Amino acid sequence: MWKNLMDWVEYRLPIMRVANMHAIQYPAPRNMNFWYMFGFLATIVLVNQIVTGVWLTMSFTPTAEEAFASVEYIMRDVEYGYILRYMHSTGASAFFIVVYLHMFRGMIYGSYQKPRELLWLFGMFIYLALMAEAFMGYVLPWGQMSYWGAQVIVSLFSAIPVIGPDLVIWIQGDYVISGATLNRFFALHVIALPLVIVILVFLHIVALHEVGSNNPDGTDVKRKKGSLSEDEKTKFKIHEYYTSKYDIVDDIVPFFPHIVLKDLVGFSVFLILFCYVMFFNPEMGGYFLEHPNFEIANPLKTPEHIFPVWYFTPFYAILKAVPHKLGGVICMFAAIVMLALLPWIDRGKVKSWRYRCGLHRWNLIVFAIVFIFLGYLGGTPQENWKIVASQVATIMYFGFFALLFIYSKNERTKPVPERITE
Amino acid sequence: MSNVSLDAHDSSETENQPDSSNRRRFLTVATSVVGGVGVVGVAVPFIGSWNPSVKARAAGADVEADISKIEPGQLIRVIWRSKPVWIARRTPELLASLAAHDDKLKDPNSEQEQQPEFAKNPYRSLKEEYLVLVGICTHLGCSPQHLKDGAFAEYVEGVQEGFFCPCHGSKFDMAGRVFQNVPAGLNLVVPPYMFIDDNTLLIGSEEGAA
Repeated sequence: MWKNLMDWVEYRLPIMRVANMHAIQYPAPRNMNFWYMFGFLATIVLVNQIVTGVWLTMSFTPTAEEAFASVEYIMRDVEYGYILRYMHSTGASAFFIVVYLHMFRGMIYGSYQKPRELLWLFGMFIYLALMAEAFMGYVLPWGQMSYWGAQVIVSLFSAIPVIGPDLVIWIQGDYVISGATLNRFFALHVIALPLVIVILVFLHIVALHEVGSNNPDGTDVKRKKGSLSEDEKTKFKIHEYYTSKYDIVDDIVPFFPHIVLKDLVGFSVFLILFCYVMFFNPEMGGYFLEHPNFEIANPLKTPEHIFPVWYFTPFYAILKAVPHKLGGVICMFAAIVMLALLPWIDRGKVKSWRYRCGLHRWNLIVFAIVFIFLGYLGGTPQENWKIVASQVATIMYFGFFALLFIYSKNERTKPVPERITE
Repeated sequence: MSNVSLDAHDSSETENQPDSSNRRRFLTVATSVVGGVGVVGVAVPFIGSWNPSVKARAAGADVEADISKIEPGQLIRVIWRSKPVWIARRTPELLASLAAHDDKLKDPNSEQEQQPEFAKNPYRSLKEEYLVLVGICTHLGCSPQHLKDGAFAEYVEGVQEGFFCPCHGSKFDMAGRVFQNVPAGLNLVVPPYMFIDDNTLLIGSEEGAA
């Protein structure tokens, strides 16, 4: 009976075929480690943001007059409203934490290299859409930091020659950031950008499954058809979509349940941290929710210090480091574009940092430290030494890419193992 | 395309038809062009609706300010187009001190178009005494603080009074001129304004322009 029903559906909708192809019979390298859970976590956080976001929308009023009060209403009077809001606000920061770790994983194991360039690019588009989404979401509570943060970010466009000032008025829908701006940001935040992000995530996964997952060794688990003996091939049942094109080495496990179960362990640890923040420390010392935002937006009074939320501060530090408006904006966007161009900046053939030169390892570590340091500089009050420090750090940020481009051409690498180690 | 035949049935059909590739190309191009015009036409309301509405434009109309009660050395704020506009009454001593720090400024002579033509003078104002500025930093739009009675000297040696932007540390003097080595590149904006009479200032329009 059950089987008949399933067959009836399957004949009309390929549920099991897709499940087999992309999970139950998808070949995942068996050495995927700790670093490989952040894609899974990002997906879960995305679902959390969408679900809690829909619920928040039910009680939120997107007007300049009422937005702030409606957020207070959610916090105080809506049943469980404070939990839903803190799930959403903590989720926003958690999203960037897992996405940054996910990106760094891609960098250390060379997951952006051929043939995963498009996969990496889709990832960068998701990151961009996510930044726009987070920025517009932060404007919605209409607190002081919402307002002045929006003011700073929207004015970036005024640096564009000729059309800049008119473009800013067009984006704002008024001569200043106003209720019109709030309302359109709300529309983009709850409808347009989530749609874009979900579509991009779908494409990201489709592109991943087409080229296959990388792993900490960078050893390809898919080999030329007919190149492996039966002994060397995996004993797991792998979908014929993959086996018809390649021989799959005996170094893989099916994504479901093996990798999913591993990810769920990571997820449980993540949940402990997430719940700690959500229940006990939702403001995270002013980093996840900034204190000036508990005051309603006042266009006539700028807060003493304006910072974006922590996940934007590295780029904000780069913006501030350049003593020229248009130059600063260009540098800030260039910092992101450089990341997107990694597949072409890195001319190396070896993927994982395990088998690349020592300089590469140090370059990556220094880059990570510089990125965090820039975040510190961009997120703390202006001081004289910080201007010089952020200029040095900005040069070091771009230096990572310049160095990589130079040494990756004729790099002394170690031999990559034929088969996955560990 | 019409030359490609998939099977015998197809080829027998195409053989009986006159070659129509030119007509196909014309139709493809014509349809694409018309379709493209349609897309542009449809885009107009979507892009246009982001412009300020009639309500927003009405709220952006000129405002009058009563300046009869401003003491020398005092600064008042009025709102024009929801932006803070500062009206400061400068003392003769302050006016005399302005030229002293010209060498520390990026644009001491107001070469950049940040003011109406009437304010392109050392005091950047219509009447020397009254300074009228849009109180928004030209870097990224924060509202600078007015520091006076020597409080500004902490930021620029020897200059007693000026504006300091807390966001990114830009500094301006009491004519709204930007100092060197700060992120802001331009002097503060002088809005169009005119004196209706000795006690009333109109912000938003200048004399001569309707």
